[in-house]
Amino acid sequence: MIDRAQVLHVARLARLRLSEDEVETMVGELSGILEHVDRIGRLDLDGVEPTTHVVALENVWRADQPVPSLPREAALANAPDPQDGAFRVPSPQAE
Amino acid sequence: MADAPPFEAVIGLEIHVQLATRTKMFCGCELSFGDEPNTHTCPVCLAQPGSLPVPNEKAIRFALMIGAALDCEIAARSIFHRKNYFYPDSPKAYQISQYDIPICGAGKLGEVRITRAHLEEDAAKTIHVGSSGRIHGSAASLVDFNRAGTPLVEIVTEPDLHGAREAADWARLLRETVRQLGVSDVNMEEGSLRVDANVSVRPAGSEELGTKTELKNMNSFRFLQRGIEAELKRQEALVEAGDTVEQETLHFDPASGGLTSLRSKEEAHDYRYFPEPDLVPIVPSEQMLRDARDSLPALPAARAERYLDAGLSADTARLLANDPETAAYFDATELIASAPSQVVANWATGDLASAERALPDGSRPDPVWLADLIDRVQSKRITHKNGREALFWSVEHGKDPAEFIDRKALEHQVDSGELARIVAAAIAADPAAAEQVRAGNGKAIGALVGAVMRETEGRADGGEVTRLLREQLGL
Amino acid sequence: MAAPLELTVAEAAAEIAATELSAAEYFAAWRDAAAEDELNAYLWTAPEPETHEDLEGPLGGVPIAVKDIFVTEGVPTTAGSRILEGYLPSYTATAVRRMREAGGRILGKTNMDEFAMGSSNENSAYGPVLNPWDRGRVPGGSSGGSAAAVAGGLAPAALGTDTGGSIRQPASLCGIVGLKPTYGAISRYGMIAFASSLDQCGPLTRDVTDAALLLAALQGRDACDTTSVGIEAGVRAPSREDLSGLRFGVPPLGEDGVEAGVREVFEATLRRIEGLGGEIAEVQLPNSELGISAYYVLAPAEASSNLARYDGVRYGIRRGGDGDLLEMYEATRSEGFGAEVKRRIMLGTYALSSGYYDAYYGQAQKVRTRIAEDFDNAFAAVDFVVTPTSPSVAFELGTKTADPLAMYMNDFFTVPMSLAGIPAISIPAGLAAPDGGSVELPVGFQIAAPAFAEQKLLEAAFALETAIGFNHEHAVAIPWKGGSGG
Ligand SMILES: [Mg+2]
Ligand SMILES: [Zn+2]
Repeated sequence: MIDRAQVLHVARLARLRLSEDEVETMVGELSGILEHVDRIGRLDLDGVEPTTHVVALENVWRADQPVPSLPREAALANAPDPQDGAFRVPSPQAE
Repeated sequence: MADAPPFEAVIGLEIHVQLATRTKMFCGCELSFGDEPNTHTCPVCLAQPGSLPVPNEKAIRFALMIGAALDCEIAARSIFHRKNYFYPDSPKAYQISQYDIPICGAGKLGEVRITRAHLEEDAAKTIHVGSSGRIHGSAASLVDFNRAGTPLVEIVTEPDLHGAREAADWARLLRETVRQLGVSDVNMEEGSLRVDANVSVRPAGSEELGTKTELKNMNSFRFLQRGIEAELKRQEALVEAGDTVEQETLHFDPASGGLTSLRSKEEAHDYRYFPEPDLVPIVPSEQMLRDARDSLPALPAARAERYLDAGLSADTARLLANDPETAAYFDATELIASAPSQVVANWATGDLASAERALPDGSRPDPVWLADLIDRVQSKRITHKNGREALFWSVEHGKDPAEFIDRKALEHQVDSGELARIVAAAIAADPAAAEQVRAGNGKAIGALVGAVMRETEGRADGGEVTRLLREQLGL
Repeated sequence: MAAPLELTVAEAAAEIAATELSAAEYFAAWRDAAAEDELNAYLWTAPEPETHEDLEGPLGGVPIAVKDIFVTEGVPTTAGSRILEGYLPSYTATAVRRMREAGGRILGKTNMDEFAMGSSNENSAYGPVLNPWDRGRVPGGSSGGSAAAVAGGLAPAALGTDTGGSIRQPASLCGIVGLKPTYGAISRYGMIAFASSLDQCGPLTRDVTDAALLLAALQGRDACDTTSVGIEAGVRAPSREDLSGLRFGVPPLGEDGVEAGVREVFEATLRRIEGLGGEIAEVQLPNSELGISAYYVLAPAEASSNLARYDGVRYGIRRGGDGDLLEMYEATRSEGFGAEVKRRIMLGTYALSSGYYDAYYGQAQKVRTRIAEDFDNAFAAVDFVVTPTSPSVAFELGTKTADPLAMYMNDFFTVPMSLAGIPAISIPAGLAAPDGGSVELPVGFQIAAPAFAEQKLLEAAFALETAIGFNHEHAVAIPWKGGSGG
């Protein structure tokens, strides 16, 4: 159903690092779930409209009116690594 | 022998336009430029847990205006999608954008087909700060979410452009079009207009598309042109050498004018687009579509066409199309003046422009004044030179040039061509006086001057008559 | 007069309004009860409120336990996850705000399966919640803390969320009332997203009247949630005494998977409906059996996107911050998320990834359409669809953790209503022993109605509840009434 390489690829897409054990467990568990789920893939549902929303709403929006923003201290209150009024993050590649 | 160019350039553009709404696309934070970092944020644009987006109606209306200006098919029902990718500038780790049903579909601007124009949100700003003296200091960036969530319209063209210059010119037309809609500041340096180019080459005459590369970070039209030129040269050299062009993203370096590959070690992007469950469809009403159409000023492409139809030269038409202020002035003047359109345009875009360049503190004459001035010149009541002088005076003093003409009695002066003929006739009629003058008897010229003055009923400028007489007598 | 903690929300609010009960003493009594939490139902309990004067409204003065999935300004909010450890939100969820505006107050934040992913509450980063009926068993999930708090006498009522059964199933397993309203009835703003197209807030209460009272306070359109509509006709306290003229549709339950004891209670309840004048009819929901498959594509797919924001940049924990960006992302998320959350993120990422979208997500959305059509067809012939809420009574801790698919099957009866977006309520219908067991445990009875027919649903549930008399018959099992536990 899903192999090791696919699990590693998906883990990278999802920014998850899996231990060797987790990779192995994941291959088994996901395969089991997908085996069950795969039956919907085999259904002939041509012409059936997909449902994104169960409630038929449209054109819900707001006026272009400003509302107060958070004070900067509040915006940064939960930041793991605030610096100079901003959120500090490591660069994409270590130097 | 003159070879036909062996390659044809195939260029499409992707343009991101920041909309000049007051607030962000999905929250009520005010847009800002250059404010202190992270002073325009809220739970929504910081992607705090539990927050939900609510679209900005104005942004939707602006997108519809852009769609109307680009002659796009407007989707009867369009939806938002999530474009998933991890990067610190993307607070939710997905961008709310549009995917298979954009609000604006196929359209056209000038000779270039528009593929689509869709609504989305801008990313945050990241600034590289190096290790900034930290103990465990690997390189880092600082993220400022003020820009995050700014409304964007992304416009994508078909690959209908075939040269760097052509691409830059068309991008200018697009900028002018969007600017005149009043929906964006369209400032390339500040990033409110961002133009990326998809560039490929193919053997001339071929119908197949070559592999394209994507050029980014060209923050002026000049750089856009230079970037495309450099990339075309690079691709042609590759193909000539029998190498292949690789699909990649290239970053333009304004300092060197060169292009560097942005290819990372990351796997190819897989954005995992899916319909945004937090937002409901946009179904523009008839009224909204009408509002969008009605709010369009006469736009460059349409105006250029109208001016061509009115008999203006292609250059003048383009010039007026891209300068709405002068165009409006021209339209007003042209309406009153009885001179041909092109003549009025020459005055409005040529003489007037020189006057305004020369007199930056001056003011633009009333169209009625200019129309009158043009008609006087056109009917030869005054010379072009004098008309121009009167125009400069008018710009300088903010008064009707007729005043200047009257004061200097320019209208009653004999035209210099006519004066030259009268002078010649006077010489021919009195060869003796002419001979005396030639022989060095300066006073003898008086007889000739008198003859001319009689002939012109005193409307000629004495100095000018003397000058012409001396000239024609070979002195 | 009954002891304060024995009062329902409606009764307590009425007594406080009539000044027969002191709001301060009432709140303090509940705080004391919550402090005695031996079920691990609470992750945080409220300090003494600064004032007892803001008690206007139908919930006037009644403390309510709030699932820790609702953000509460200045009050720790974790969604049961390590990744949000220490997080203090800068705003408050609309549902909580409405609850307060109706005169209610937060009693505490309740434990839950991490990001609402689970059916047993064993997926909380802060330890499992225990079932007050048998502490060796699960309370159900994901609103397990809320259900256990109400059933265990630690709260008069609670807010929960239901994505595929997360209110109804724990209510069933704990012997209380759990209502999942129509999708869109209550704002999702400030409710930490699991699967946005399915998530819905709802009450967990001792009885149907309290469920109606809370729904009335919470429901309504919210400008901050574009998918919210509210219930136009409003919600009133139910009063119906019989079920005459109402048709209850029963879909085939399938041959296996449902415990014998659950089946018996279910059958007995159908007889009771008939006794009240209701009519039982068979209905077909041919696509419902595909519900689990569709649900376990749609919900993880949306979750994989909703949980991508937990990246160590703006809030929550950060790990690997000394490495490069990828290192930081992966370390933070791998250490911050538990096994079930990772499993679902993996599943959802896979289902949305290039080349698989049509086969999984696209197809699941179409199944969803079919399931909703099934209900439309059924409701053309009957007023309600009824099933057992859960195929089993509360199971023992640890018995299903090794088999995710078996765990997912707990949602078999609740998922179709979530996919269709329709309201459904679980009321306690009796007790049954699990297959092979001897202890008697609560069995829930699920009633589903057409979208926004909440009032009708509550009326029927009220009449049935009165006839069953569950809370009165079995009150001794509840510690605050029996005085044996707590
Ligand atoms: Mg874009
Ligand atoms: Zn904001």
